[in-house]
Amino acid sequence: MSVRRSPPRRPQAGQRGPNLRGRLQVLSVFLGIAGFILVAKAAEMQLWRSEFYQAKGDARFVREIEIPTSRGMITDRNGEPLAISTPVESIWASPRELLKNPERMGELAAALQLPLEEVKARVEARAERDFVYLRRRLTPDQSEPVMALKIPGVYSAREYQRFYPLGDVAAHVLGYTNIDDQGQEGLELAFNDWLIGKPGAKRVIKDRLGRVVENVELVRAAEPGRTLELSIDRRLQHLVYRELQKALVENSATSASGVVLDVATGEILAMVNLPSYNPNVLDSVPAARRNRAVTDVFEPGSVIKAFTVAAALETGRVMPDTIIETSPGYMPLANHVVRDIRNFGTLTVTGLLTKSSNIAATKLALDMPNEHLHDVLHRFGFGELSGSGFPGEQAGVLSAPQGWGVVEKATISYGYGLSTTVLQLAQAYAAIGNGGVWMPATFVHGGAGEGRAAIDPQLAKTLLGMLETVTGPQGSAQRAGVAGYRVAGKTGTSRRSVAGGYEKRYISVFAGLVPASQPRYAMALMINDPDPKQYYGGLVAAPVFGRVMADALRVLDVPPDNVEQLLAAAPAVPAAEADALTLEAESVAEPLDTLRPAAEPVPLQGAR
Amino acid sequence: MNWRLLIGLPLLVGVIVTAIMVVESRQHHRQLSVQLSALETERDELNIEFGRLQLEQAALGKTSRIERVAAEQLMMRSPTPTEVEVLRP
Repeated sequence: MSVRRSPPRRPQAGQRGPNLRGRLQVLSVFLGIAGFILVAKAAEMQLWRSEFYQAKGDARFVREIEIPTSRGMITDRNGEPLAISTPVESIWASPRELLKNPERMGELAAALQLPLEEVKARVEARAERDFVYLRRRLTPDQSEPVMALKIPGVYSAREYQRFYPLGDVAAHVLGYTNIDDQGQEGLELAFNDWLIGKPGAKRVIKDRLGRVVENVELVRAAEPGRTLELSIDRRLQHLVYRELQKALVENSATSASGVVLDVATGEILAMVNLPSYNPNVLDSVPAARRNRAVTDVFEPGSVIKAFTVAAALETGRVMPDTIIETSPGYMPLANHVVRDIRNFGTLTVTGLLTKSSNIAATKLALDMPNEHLHDVLHRFGFGELSGSGFPGEQAGVLSAPQGWGVVEKATISYGYGLSTTVLQLAQAYAAIGNGGVWMPATFVHGGAGEGRAAIDPQLAKTLLGMLETVTGPQGSAQRAGVAGYRVAGKTGTSRRSVAGGYEKRYISVFAGLVPASQPRYAMALMINDPDPKQYYGGLVAAPVFGRVMADALRVLDVPPDNVEQLLAAAPAVPAAEADALTLEAESVAEPLDTLRPAAEPVPLQGAR
Repeated sequence: MNWRLLIGLPLLVGVIVTAIMVVESRQHHRQLSVQLSALETERDELNIEFGRLQLEQAALGKTSRIERVAAEQLMMRSPTPTEVEVLRP
């Protein structure tokens, strides 16, 4: 009989059948092992290698993103803004993502206001990369329509752009920044570390589409750049700019520079160079961006005579009223001739400055040791940096006294054979007004450094009085006068030096102090290559000083120190007549000047 | 039996309470983040506005412009010496 499948029956003890207990044991052992493996693995992941897995996970969705920060503002001494950073948007794209939707390129280019070819070319050039700038520095208004298109792979990033509200008026002093907000020139470069902020960083969780889902933590807060308060006064800066511009056009000069200093502190209140450029739109040649008032040196001419006189008075061998014979207006020296513009006859030491006599200055210089003249000039800061820390600043040249022959010494006594910047010149004059204390120059409000005594205070006072005669009725710079104020100053006219000699082209200089009773402001200005028909410092540079200071003293609320002059001028003479009078006086004072073109301080014939 | 209940029940309650608190603080965190990003956006917009106004103020307050307006529109000028009266102290 074939085997018949027996119907299922309940197993009975003792019978051969499935070993239930055994199966249960096998199963529980199996489950036990599986459970153990699970727990062990969990423990491994959670306890022993948790950091590794955490990092792996974070790398997939946690991102550290930069928090951009703005560059500090630059203000003038009254807190008026001179350079401001405003936020702008830069549009960038991830070419890989963007190229997945090539049909949207047209839309994108239109919104960016760029030609389609350009956008295409730029994106395709970096097709395998994840980053390309499409357009930088759009205003938020411009960038909004681009972002509103919501094209995948197009993003915007916050950046900051620098604006200079004053434009070309303060361009040279402030300098400018590059597209990455780093200072490139001027004070933007000198104080870059102070101005730049520290970008912050935060950790966020991003989803697959790059959207921020959650802020995890702030890694470091963004530190905005610090504000830099300059010593510049915006109003003065404008006045100097306006008047220099006028003088530049009137005299068809090639360039001009002017510096105004606060006498007591050495703070630079205004510094202007022309021609200037617009720092908001950088398309000028780099040469026009040089701050000539500190980077370009020139031979200052007669303005140096004030220091020759200071040196002479310091020796004690002459007094302000000591007589010097300058007849007949020329003086042979070694193989050369020193000339005055005309025969001044006998002059006092004060008259030397009033009339600007080269012969008298030469005689004073020859009467003292080389070292002494050098020492005095050096104490007034010639041949030495001004201390302003401006990038590219020049110290000028003041050669060692051991090498001076009589000819060199004579030329130095009236301002040739040494070179200076406009800033150094203003500083040296400020020292005369500051009781003989030379102050290092500074661009920072309240940043005055430690001064050093250049000459005795009493001597400085005497010198100041002597310089006042220059703008007086007998002087060479009446046009530097300011109604109601006493002005001390000195003109200079020098021939431009070129390789191998001097050109028939000129530099007109004026340096002065106002108000002379208690000087508060010193200004030096230089006009380069004025029209050769009229180039005297007294006619070209001095009027600029007078006009700047007339407005500046009013703006700065300086009380007049020459009320008698106002009283004398006010009731009797109407304005127009008063003008006519001064003009007449001037034409009397300088009649020969226009007749003899090779006049005022001309370098020694054949000198070098 | 009693001791089990004595330990287990507070634990159970504790677990439930902390679980609710986790949810609660999570929710609070989300709300604050939303608020934070809204405030950050507002701050940025105000900064942009501030920068714009500063520029505008600087442009309007340019000395050359003040001078022009004073002379051309307001017909201002410096007083001539005849118009000045000097007061003696």
